[in-house]
Amino acid sequence: MTTPSRYWREIPQRYRLEANKCQSCGTVNFPPRLVCPECQKRDLVATKLAEKGKVISYTIIRVPPHQFIDQAPYAVGIVKLDDGVNLMAQIVDCDFEDLKVGMKVRIEFRKIFDEGEAGILCYGYKFVPD
Amino acid sequence: MRDVAVIGVGMTKWGELWEKSLRDIFVETALMAFDDASIDKVDSMYVGSMSSGLFVGQEHIASLLADYLGQANIPSTRVESACASGGLALRLGYLEVASGRSEVVLVGGIEKMTDVSGYEATYALGTAADQEYEGYHGMTFPGLYALIARAHMEKYGTTREQLAMVAVKNHHNGSKNPLAQFPFEITVDSVLNSVMVADPLRVLDCSPITDGAAAVILCPAEMAQKKDKPVVKIAGSGHATDTIALSSRKDITWLEAVYKATQQAYKEADKGPEDIDIIEVHDCFTIAEICVLEALGIVEKGKGGDAVEQGLTSLKGKIPVNTSGGLKAKGHPVGATGVAQAVEICKQLWEEAGERQVKKARVGLAQNMGGSGGSSVIHVLERA
Ligand SMILES: [Zn+2]
Repeated sequence: MTTPSRYWREIPQRYRLEANKCQSCGTVNFPPRLVCPECQKRDLVATKLAEKGKVISYTIIRVPPHQFIDQAPYAVGIVKLDDGVNLMAQIVDCDFEDLKVGMKVRIEFRKIFDEGEAGILCYGYKFVPD
Repeated sequence: MRDVAVIGVGMTKWGELWEKSLRDIFVETALMAFDDASIDKVDSMYVGSMSSGLFVGQEHIASLLADYLGQANIPSTRVESACASGGLALRLGYLEVASGRSEVVLVGGIEKMTDVSGYEATYALGTAADQEYEGYHGMTFPGLYALIARAHMEKYGTTREQLAMVAVKNHHNGSKNPLAQFPFEITVDSVLNSVMVADPLRVLDCSPITDGAAAVILCPAEMAQKKDKPVVKIAGSGHATDTIALSSRKDITWLEAVYKATQQAYKEADKGPEDIDIIEVHDCFTIAEICVLEALGIVEKGKGGDAVEQGLTSLKGKIPVNTSGGLKAKGHPVGATGVAQAVEICKQLWEEAGERQVKKARVGLAQNMGGSGGSSVIHVLERA
């Protein structure tokens, strides 16, 4: 599923949270885009995602895709970051009973999954309670 | 643009059809539609299929299926828009006849999903979500709709029981449809006690993995008047898209693609929600039916759960929804679903729906949806 070239290409977003911001209307886009989805202008400059936000919704995945079998059950949520971007990622270091819509979280860098003995170790961002 | 009618439909029993191949299922179904329309050839065909490549390792199926249907050399087009592939195939066939380019067009939909393991099927379906920003984090399709469900419950007070009632209603309808994969009743308790898949959704909130096909024959309405059946026209058609990543939407409880496509179809048909007698909606998960009712304008925002609980959408209610059993009970061979919805509406409008027949239905609406709402296709059909 993840080839080395694809993984390498996605590193700026996964490792460094590189986004861009529309100079016309202020919308922050993650991943960065070539054209602003809000105003269709193309004057976008690089920025970094806000690292804190609040949970909009969450679920606990109990029937996972095969790369995540050893992790299930695990929580995944959508978080509204302080810069207005909605971001999806796992929510970790939190008991399932304590998950709540509205809870404050921050981004941390973690391993997402590994593809087995000869495969790539895939890293990226997850949310933890703040 | 000229008026377009449906003159024949085909659908066989859906389920785990281990003894039949993709081409067998499609040809058998298309020939039923040919017989129903009393024709043996078409000018062109469209086939909705989400992922024959991942499910059976075969692409280029538009040509393959035209050949096996005895229609070699006609123009044949495969259409893909995830789970809305069938509805989009119908729209393209409709536009081709309406434009005057073709007289008689076959629209089919097919998915053969049980030749692969559960994990492979989950992966194939998952490609309809944003692989880089949803799939990468371990998200699944039940998970995406679970996020919608949780947000809808928080925002509008929709209850866990109301979600279950969608599945119970659709199974009740499906129990009257001999072609359904699961033609039996279930209870609210059985839904609430079924295995948790992605909180708060349980396995009986989810549509199944299914092998199956559906087909309709389209022609100019003028030509349809010479047939025995009452003329059923496609009165309006709409199509819209949205972000495929759920998290990119401003309000994850609102299906903007469904809303936009519906407005187009209502306008073209010169109809509104008050004119619709029966509806087939894309209940891939119970919460989807609730959100769709709102986007169609059948109920206000946030009232979809109440509508189901109060019986508005039951078989004997004011606006029966998913008389076929819906995706939940009838089955969900993804590429076929949008076409099968039109098949059900036609059967109802022709009064061929057997035990689940709705009396005096004149106008029906079919709502097909891709992914977590990244695409939607709407058709309004009307008996002249
Ligand atoms: Zn902008």
